[in-house]
Amino acid sequence: MMRRLGVADIRAGLASRKFSAVELVQDRLAALEDAEALNAAVTLMPERALEAARVADRRRAAGEPALPLDGVPVAVKDLFCTEGVRTTASSAMLEGFVPPYESTVTANLIAAGAALTAKTNLDEFAMGSSTATSYFGPAVNPWKARGDGRPRAPGGSSGGSAALVAASVVPAALGTDTGGSIRQPAAFCGVVGLKPTYGRCSRWGIVAFASSLDQAGPITRSVRDAAILLAAMSGHDPRDSTSARQPVPDFEAALGGGVRGLRIGVPLEYRVDGMPDELDALWRAGAGWLKEAGAEIVDISLPHTHYALPAYYIVAPAEASSNLARYDGVRYGLRASADAIEEQYARTRRTGFGAEVRRRVLIGTYVLSAGYYDAYYTKAQRVRRLIARDFEQAFGKVDAVLTPTAPTAAFPLGEKMDDPIAMYLNDVFTVPASLAGLPAVSLPAGLDGEGLPLGLHLIGRPFDEETVLRAAEALEAAAGFDAEPEFVR
Amino acid sequence: MSALIEGRDGAWEYAIGLEVHAQVASAAKLFSGAPTAFGAEPNTQVSLVDAAMPGMLPVINRVCVEQAVRTGLGFGGAIARHSVFDRKNYFYPDLPQGYQISQYSDPVVVGGTVEIPGRTVQITRLHLEQDAGKSVHDRDPDRTLIDLNRAGVALMEIVSEPDLRSPEEAADFLTRLRALLRWLGTCDGNMQEGSLRCDANVSVRRPGAELGTRTEIKNLNSIRFLREAIEYEGRRQVEVIESGGEVVQETRLFDPDRGETRAMRTKEDAHDYRYFPDPDLLPLELDEAFIEAVRASMPELPESRRRRFVGELGLSDYDAALLTAERARADYFEAAAAGRDAKQAANWVAGELLGRLNREGLEIEAAPIPAAGLGELIDLIADGTLSGRMGREVFEAMWETGGPAAVIVEERGLKQISDTGALEGLVDELLAREADKAAEYRAGRTKLLGFFVGQVMKATGGKANPKLVNALLRARLEE
Repeated sequence: MMRRLGVADIRAGLASRKFSAVELVQDRLAALEDAEALNAAVTLMPERALEAARVADRRRAAGEPALPLDGVPVAVKDLFCTEGVRTTASSAMLEGFVPPYESTVTANLIAAGAALTAKTNLDEFAMGSSTATSYFGPAVNPWKARGDGRPRAPGGSSGGSAALVAASVVPAALGTDTGGSIRQPAAFCGVVGLKPTYGRCSRWGIVAFASSLDQAGPITRSVRDAAILLAAMSGHDPRDSTSARQPVPDFEAALGGGVRGLRIGVPLEYRVDGMPDELDALWRAGAGWLKEAGAEIVDISLPHTHYALPAYYIVAPAEASSNLARYDGVRYGLRASADAIEEQYARTRRTGFGAEVRRRVLIGTYVLSAGYYDAYYTKAQRVRRLIARDFEQAFGKVDAVLTPTAPTAAFPLGEKMDDPIAMYLNDVFTVPASLAGLPAVSLPAGLDGEGLPLGLHLIGRPFDEETVLRAAEALEAAAGFDAEPEFVR
Repeated sequence: MSALIEGRDGAWEYAIGLEVHAQVASAAKLFSGAPTAFGAEPNTQVSLVDAAMPGMLPVINRVCVEQAVRTGLGFGGAIARHSVFDRKNYFYPDLPQGYQISQYSDPVVVGGTVEIPGRTVQITRLHLEQDAGKSVHDRDPDRTLIDLNRAGVALMEIVSEPDLRSPEEAADFLTRLRALLRWLGTCDGNMQEGSLRCDANVSVRRPGAELGTRTEIKNLNSIRFLREAIEYEGRRQVEVIESGGEVVQETRLFDPDRGETRAMRTKEDAHDYRYFPDPDLLPLELDEAFIEAVRASMPELPESRRRRFVGELGLSDYDAALLTAERARADYFEAAAAGRDAKQAANWVAGELLGRLNREGLEIEAAPIPAAGLGELIDLIADGTLSGRMGREVFEAMWETGGPAAVIVEERGLKQISDTGALEGLVDELLAREADKAAEYRAGRTKLLGFFVGQVMKATGGKANPKLVNALLRARLEE
């Protein structure tokens, strides 16, 4: 039964020759085809994946030491540029775009032996919390509410990646997180999603949304698997000026240490109005589990939390409006021809960008305009510094912060599409860590009354993913989450 | 020199500030490794970053920063320990990113001065920015083609205060700044290839009054056009004001064929560039060690060298200024003068060599006579082998053939006759033949000396040492 195998299981299975990498990858490629109903993959890469598997098997046959991700099937959010494989950002603008280069993070995974099997669906240019703004149509959450046949949103923007991991089609997938785009879909789909510290993973070759916030990270079914993936993805990249010159620790080795002596902060400002009781109860339960495991629970205050969401929805669109200016129909991607260049720009961008992308480009253009810049962009940057300072002060007292991941469980597909503010509220718990550039993980901690997964969220100090992972592993063990979605039952 | 514009009812004064765009001398672009050589086939010097492919990121080129710092130190500016790269957002087909990376609020160099005759011009700032590509409109009847070879090339924008008071001062300023950039090796200064371009901000006012409304004349690519454009624009503004109108703040283009400026766009339809700090780049932090290393690598500056030429080598102010106008000149002169009479060397370099270069429209780098070769020629004059006149003849031959002085002297038998015995014989013979004239001389017509000297020179084919001939004739005639 290869479906349930995680990254660590695959490593053990290959080492003990229970199966070959080619057998595994063939099996998972078939699973990918069976999962078509999820609309989670936009491009399949069978030849590439099988070739990686063959190389891994040859390496093993030759008695060479195994690489960390030998033969591990990994799905990749279609925001990472992949050499010779179309990379669309789920946008009509890049529908036929085939990059002649490989992103640093995917190149790192390939170098670690991984078999990249598919490019996954996302919100167009990673802008959204539902994967419903995709040009290729919405991805579907493998989970459904009990007694409710309506398909659910997998969250977003890395919804395709989270859905494939939740449906056990792949043991691991890559996402990117700008304001919660790994963690919120991980929570919606009942899987583990890790956003590393800003600068931990190179952004080179990732289609940019908001440069000061974008960060790649893994989506897996266990904390250990997230640690294994992160180690392979990370490292300084001279081609990304914001990539940190930090040594990459052995994240997996940091596991198993338990939380005895750790101080875990619970911020009172995250107790927002209208939070479902079940979520509040789960949060308290999480604190209780950590306390039982030997951690000290400390009430803390992050006073500027309330301003994080509005600040985020100024900074991110501002950067996006500039980052997306390159899609002008002149050099690559969609071109809607016209007689005059201004008309060509307008038609290309009107045709190529969906409504949410256009909305954010407009918001971003507005907040950077003369006369509005100080009132919006400058003020948002000031808020951002205050939020970072809140965390700095909190980390004087605690080693990690525990919060819920998202304010609700997965909502039905199509909901909130006509209400951008309601959609943006999905990010309320994840955005502060993004603005502060901190590492954070979401892990499945229980089911709500309707049988939908709920996530808990741990935030750590800059470049201290090890503590975050260690605490997450303790929570994982205590929560004992082993439910599976209807899709695979 | 300042110059006033005579209006109908009194004089007007120019106030001119320049924005100079100087291409940084660097093998690679500002944020990518693509080469910067001029004249390559279109789109052959374009990296993925320059073409703004999805997910590509800029990485600052250290050499370009060093060049900017070197330039700033060269004009005495303050080097910012912390400066910031901003995005200037606008759509244009030859601007692949949809924004230009530039420095807006925090430039890398602040302040400084450039001396021109009669005035010290304040520099406002120097910042680093990317050049755009080129739109080609004349290759295809229906389409505009794009060449991205220049896209991303590093430029230094150097901005002056509105201190300049005439078209000549603007020309002097650009000439001096260009020479400094070339001196420092931070820009090749080639205006024809577009390595150096200039925008002029021009306004007029009553002498001493507040600054008037300015117009900006874009993209002037020669010093002559700069002068002509400002000249025209000043007169135009005076006419506008004197006929009851107001100068409109706008961008104008100079048409060299008609010698006039024309409105391009007004302030109202100016772009809103939506500047904000580029989140792909960290702020540029320069520490003392970096700045000191750049300072240590700098050549001796022109002003210091000029003072040394006067003080230590005894050159005239005029020659010293002439010889330090370009670093290559000063280097040439010092090489030619090494171990020799510096004044003689200065005469040869400033007089003969620069004169000839000027006539042929050449830069000193292209001189066919190397500095060491000129030095050898000077030696041959100093030791009496050649007269000054013969020296000039050898110089001409060296220029034409490129051969060394000694070989030319040998081949052409140009050795000066300084043998007293041989010359005495010629002098005696001459005075015997022209006894009448000798008598006239002795009777007081001393002007005849020139005649006698000429005769001896003629008899020797010009090779006699003229000083010696003079002395011998005088001795004989005044015995």
